[in-house]
Amino acid sequence: MMASQHSDAPHSMADETLFAPGTQPVNLSRRRFLLGSAGVASGALVLGFGIPLGASRVQAVDASGGIALDVPAFLEIRPDNTVRFLSPFMEGGQGTFTAMAQLVGEEMDMDPATFVVEAAPAGKVFQIMPGGRRMTGGSSSVRSSYTTMRRLGALARAMLVEAGARKLGVPAASLTTEPGKIVHAASGRSLSYGEVAGGALDLPVPDGAGIALKDPAVFRWIGKPVARLDMRMKSTGKAVYSIDCKVDGMLQAAVQHAPRLGLQPGAIRNEAAIKAMTGVHSVHTLEGAVAVVAPYWWHARQAADALEVDWVEPADPASLRYMPADFGTEAFTKTLASQTGRGEEAEKAGDIDSAFASAAKSFTATYKSQYLHHAQLEPPSTLARFNTDGTLDLWLPNQVPEMFQAIIAGKVGLTPDQVRINSPLLGGFFGRHFHYNDGNPYPHAIALAKATGKPVKVIWSREEEMLRDPLRPMAVVQFRGALDAQGWPLALDVVSATEGPSEGIANKRGKELDDSALEGITGKAYAIPNRRIAQNFVKNAPTLAYWRSVGNSMNDFFYECFLDEMADQGGKDPYALRLKLLEGNERLTTLLKAAVDLSGGWKRGPYTASDGTRRARGLAMASPFGTEAAAVAEVSIKDGEVVVHEVWEALDPGSIVNPAIIAAQANSAIALGLSQVLVEAAEYEDGMPVARNFDAYSILPPDRMAKVSVKIIESGAKMGGIGEPPLPAIPPAVVNAVSTLTGKRVRAMPLSTQSFEA
Amino acid sequence: MKLEINGEVHELDAEPDMPLLWALRDVLGMTGTKYGCGIAQCGACSVLVDGAVTRSCVLPVGSLEGSKVTTIEAMEADPVGGKVVEAWVRHQVPQCGYCQSGQVMAAVSLLKNTAKPTQEDVRAAMINLCRCGTYNAIHAALSDLAENAGKENA
Repeated sequence: MMASQHSDAPHSMADETLFAPGTQPVNLSRRRFLLGSAGVASGALVLGFGIPLGASRVQAVDASGGIALDVPAFLEIRPDNTVRFLSPFMEGGQGTFTAMAQLVGEEMDMDPATFVVEAAPAGKVFQIMPGGRRMTGGSSSVRSSYTTMRRLGALARAMLVEAGARKLGVPAASLTTEPGKIVHAASGRSLSYGEVAGGALDLPVPDGAGIALKDPAVFRWIGKPVARLDMRMKSTGKAVYSIDCKVDGMLQAAVQHAPRLGLQPGAIRNEAAIKAMTGVHSVHTLEGAVAVVAPYWWHARQAADALEVDWVEPADPASLRYMPADFGTEAFTKTLASQTGRGEEAEKAGDIDSAFASAAKSFTATYKSQYLHHAQLEPPSTLARFNTDGTLDLWLPNQVPEMFQAIIAGKVGLTPDQVRINSPLLGGFFGRHFHYNDGNPYPHAIALAKATGKPVKVIWSREEEMLRDPLRPMAVVQFRGALDAQGWPLALDVVSATEGPSEGIANKRGKELDDSALEGITGKAYAIPNRRIAQNFVKNAPTLAYWRSVGNSMNDFFYECFLDEMADQGGKDPYALRLKLLEGNERLTTLLKAAVDLSGGWKRGPYTASDGTRRARGLAMASPFGTEAAAVAEVSIKDGEVVVHEVWEALDPGSIVNPAIIAAQANSAIALGLSQVLVEAAEYEDGMPVARNFDAYSILPPDRMAKVSVKIIESGAKMGGIGEPPLPAIPPAVVNAVSTLTGKRVRAMPLSTQSFEA
Repeated sequence: MKLEINGEVHELDAEPDMPLLWALRDVLGMTGTKYGCGIAQCGACSVLVDGAVTRSCVLPVGSLEGSKVTTIEAMEADPVGGKVVEAWVRHQVPQCGYCQSGQVMAAVSLLKNTAKPTQEDVRAAMINLCRCGTYNAIHAALSDLAENAGKENA
């Protein structure tokens, strides 16, 4: 099937690959780097880029048992004294490329501003997370690699110093470094890193055990608001995403998915007419979809939309993740709400039965959440190219390159090192680009590249994306609370009817409960002595996914709102109640007070603001991904709709690398939290999503963004994550404010489906 | 047909009903303008047509003969565009960046028409969606630009 009439010669991939028009400076510089790494630029220290993965090379061995680092695989030092760094983590807006440059640059003694960072290809040497893993997710990039990346920088510095010592003919111990250069104080001589790069190439990677890391007291860049490296390219249209990638001889494809997952294409009733449409190259029947291939995507898309396909029901729907024709979210919500079982216990403390028996007061409440789309603004795409040497190149958005590589290699019958995973910038991800069965376009691209014998880029239109985007799970949660005679919480009994994202993605239940189903109801720090938290597993028809802050994205909403109900039931102020339940917990008490102080002091309301609007404030906390969060939100009602005026959030990630990026990430997570609580819901009717694009699926528009203030607390606790942790406290802070303002408890998201009066 | 983009006339081999977005991206290889929704909802595809910000994903190229199209690729060299880009960098506006070509074009259109926009002008003009939630940073950058309008170093 492999056609070879086009110019798909087996020469250098770097040379052949055209990322967008070559007339743009960013592409020129990218190409220079690629050429440089192939040894074209004379004198470059080509630290191993392009070395076949798995090739044996001397690795750094840390005598203390740390991860062995193949330093040269990550770094290229250029004669012009700039650095190209291959990041194990993907950049999708969260600032990780800049943070990596800060960590490596700090110990290397190299200004992060001189770094050009790209995502590393799939390969064992880049699996530097504990346990030999690699993923961009779980807010784990910086915290998991903080020491590893610093060691990498320190090892590189040692190599450069050694090369400098040989060049100057002096002992290495007599040399020091300043940013980007080696200094011999005794003779007043110095060399730029670029000048010794060529010499350092031949040196062995030193033993990690002998390399000391810097004292944090003298950090130049770690902990500072270092400017992000990708701002200009992203402000000028030069940033390259998967959807922009282009190679010689490439065709493009659009698909029409089966309207419901599990159905397969039968006859194409108008195939001849489709093939006759302008620009159409060919029509292909795929697993669960029909594709049209054309040189221009617009033509492919027009034709794919016009396809009239007979979709065939599966013989054995039970064996699949099958979407039945009668599935609807309204009925499914009722199904979840009607679950009466006690569920499987995820967390237990004290004696719930005797606590309720002896309680002064007990009460119940039912909460619900909604399905959500990722709605990242870049629609998913994959470019696949089979090379004449039998290898396969893929350009695709992904958060787990080695996992994609292994799965794809298995599917196409290649070894993993024959499958090259190229990972351009992500146009947003929020959990969208993990490996999801039925949720990634790469199977289409691979099948079409095989069928046509040409490189093919598949782009899922927004409508086709919203048909296959796996969803943030929904839940209906039954709460039962008990108070003692003084009105303080005595017992909490929670049963959530839900399917967790991990068990949903696996499409089977594990031996243990799915942590991601209940996190945020479990793991709360409040001292409620008697607790039982359980899950009633109910399988969902839609495919499920991780969504920014995962289980916490909805579970802290449930818990923190019910906690306010417990306060109200006991006649307590919700701030006073939280302080009481956190007594002795210095870290969280400090954090909560900091959030309240940031808001100008606790003022629950309702009150009349200076502009005459009636307002109230709500409070919530969350402990997601190793970081602690506390938020205050201020709301009013306008024309029946909730307005969030301001959000104040305090975050304690233990210690930090870049406060400016943290503030930006807090803004981003707060926006997504507001979006979820105010306007978002993915609904199904008759087995189909009601919304297929942004006309019907609302995401937070600019005029509904709140003013945001962020306070970062470095308590010195173990470093936590940043991308996700600011989100989970936002929906409950908003809803607690709305409940206070309206005098009625609100127990469901989103608020746009409900009408309010102040 | 002939199409004037960023001051240069291109001979475009495309049917009249092809949206400008796809003519730019696929026919001309100018990928700075982004596809987000294809139905003029998100604004990632914003360009200027005769100076007015326009969503190129629903704009047939056939309607553009004689018009001047300006895209993100021309912004650094444009007097207003250059200032907007500098403000975007100074305020560290982008996150994933995917919507920012459109945001920059919307800002340039606003400032070309109203050199010193009020908060209300900004709210009315900056309606493109950003899933990363850079809205406050966008407003900060535009407040900065408005405050410094007319000053030499703005």
